[in-house]
Amino acid sequence: MERVVVIGTGQGGFQLAASLRQEGFTGRITLIGEEPGLPYQRPPLSKDYLKDGNDARLLLRPPDFYEQQRIEIIGSTRVTGIDRTTMEVETGDGARIAYDHLVLATGSRNRIPPIAGLDRPEVLALRTLSDARVLRDRVEHMRRVVVIGGGFIGLEFAAVARARGIEVAIVEGADRLMGRAVAPMTSRHFLDVHRGWGSSVHLGQFAEAVTDAEGSLAVRLRNGSEVSGDTIVLAAGVIANDAIAKEAGLATDDGIVVDDLLRSSDPNISALGDCCRFVEPVSGLVARLESVQAATDHARTIAARLVGQPKPYAAVPWFWSNQGDRKLQIAGYAPDADDWHVAEADGKLTVFCFAGDRLASVETVGNAGAHMAARRIFANAGRVPRKLLETADYDLNAVMAAA
Amino acid sequence: MPRITFIAADGAETVVDAGEGDSLMQVARAHNVDGILAECGGEMMCSTCHVYVEGDWLDRTGPADEDERDMLDFAPCEITDASRLSCQVKITDDMDGLVVRLPERQV
Ligand SMILES: Cc1cc2nc3c(=O)[nH]c(=O)nc-3n(C[C@H](O)[C@H](O)[C@H](O)COP(=O)(O)OP(=O)(O)OC[C@H]3O[C@@H](n4cnc5c(N)ncnc54)[C@H](O)[C@@H]3O)c2cc1C
Ligand code: FES
Repeated sequence: MERVVVIGTGQGGFQLAASLRQEGFTGRITLIGEEPGLPYQRPPLSKDYLKDGNDARLLLRPPDFYEQQRIEIIGSTRVTGIDRTTMEVETGDGARIAYDHLVLATGSRNRIPPIAGLDRPEVLALRTLSDARVLRDRVEHMRRVVVIGGGFIGLEFAAVARARGIEVAIVEGADRLMGRAVAPMTSRHFLDVHRGWGSSVHLGQFAEAVTDAEGSLAVRLRNGSEVSGDTIVLAAGVIANDAIAKEAGLATDDGIVVDDLLRSSDPNISALGDCCRFVEPVSGLVARLESVQAATDHARTIAARLVGQPKPYAAVPWFWSNQGDRKLQIAGYAPDADDWHVAEADGKLTVFCFAGDRLASVETVGNAGAHMAARRIFANAGRVPRKLLETADYDLNAVMAAA
Repeated sequence: MPRITFIAADGAETVVDAGEGDSLMQVARAHNVDGILAECGGEMMCSTCHVYVEGDWLDRTGPADEDERDMLDFAPCEITDASRLSCQVKITDDMDGLVVRLPERQV
């Protein structure tokens, strides 16, 4: 194999290139990305970056890394099509770039909900560094902000804004916060936390329209009430960037469908990270995950295969979200959870999520030890029986020893 | 500016000037020190930023606390009393001359 081309210069695209070199790949590596500049990390954009504005700290590696490692980055360039017969990609400026293997690391983009009036300049999103710069500048003068979407990113931003004394209203369509990703008890915990910080949280309320209101803006909710703010932050979830894959005839299903080696339906094309739909190995469920963990572990799996050492994807999912002084950690993947056990002591929250009679995930706040133990259990023994936890009185270290 | 020496597993030394307030991991990353991956960006979630603090410098940096030790357990190389996650070591003025060794692998 001579040339690996990667579409996307985000967390996963970077990792793929870095891992390929670590594995001893000597061919050409070309990353093509729509965003300008070098690969950077997104997680701080809704956290520390809003406070310190330190661009250099976001970079995954400094410029000399790419030279040393012979990793070619073509920035500010969008790939518009994939020609699978000639094995070339086409860019927005009409160039064609040939590949021996193509990796789709296109990530996801913000979902734009059907709300009237979103085209105003005071409505901001948070996905890219350029989004974050705009938001950061604006945070300096914000007095009152409406956050549409009570997911991780919306809540992380809300916590930062509140800590700066900005009035915050959070509007969430579902009846609980982070509803797609965490247990009801964890939602409840963070609802109390955000309300405790002074944010107003409107649950079960879809935003319908953004309108003018006496020198500021108002968000009209489905129940007819209005919340006003000078800025609106849209954080209503993301959609996979799978359009170019779909147009090229690859199998997609809200994400590019890949097998346990992260191969798409074309063996010359792999996909990773936010844009792919894969089989999550601990649960055996088909998943699309938006996490640093998935992007980096997917990348490593692909790199190993491309240098002739294929190993099926087997990584345990983990995730974190920092909201103010609270750090939520999740180990495992539990969209099928149907029962929960909660342990709360000394300001530590641990929620055990069960699917049937098996442990499916563990959510913790301020309990890093339990988080690590859970990751170890999932790695070594998978979804262990609930009985094991009951016998061990929910002490994960004891479960680890027994599993 | 505190001067810091990273010694790779093969003995190669990199000497860099650290910005105060940065973490040891941030210093390594900014200077392209090979052998520190730091995938989670300093969140104590990934254990790919493991270092061994050389000699008496451990008195200055302090040892890993309990949570950090739990995370270090995921690192593939041997964990010793001198093991730290470099993202958890904040550089202060009195660390001028600090020497750390890098493990053979981080994953
Ligand atoms: C504000 C924010 C906070 C987050 N916080 C956390 C967190 O705390 N913990 C966590 O685990 N995860 C977090 N995430 C998620 C994490 O950052 C992503 O899961 C991760 O970046 C996914 O990597 P990726 O390579 O799949 O996609 P990305 O990093 O999104 O990279 C995809 C790149 O591909 C480019 N691209 C797309 N289509 C094309 C095309 N046709 N041509 C050229 N380029 C293209 C995009 O412009 C983008 O630069 C956060 C994300 C955001 C936005
Ligand atoms: S950078 Fe991930 S634990 Fe230090």
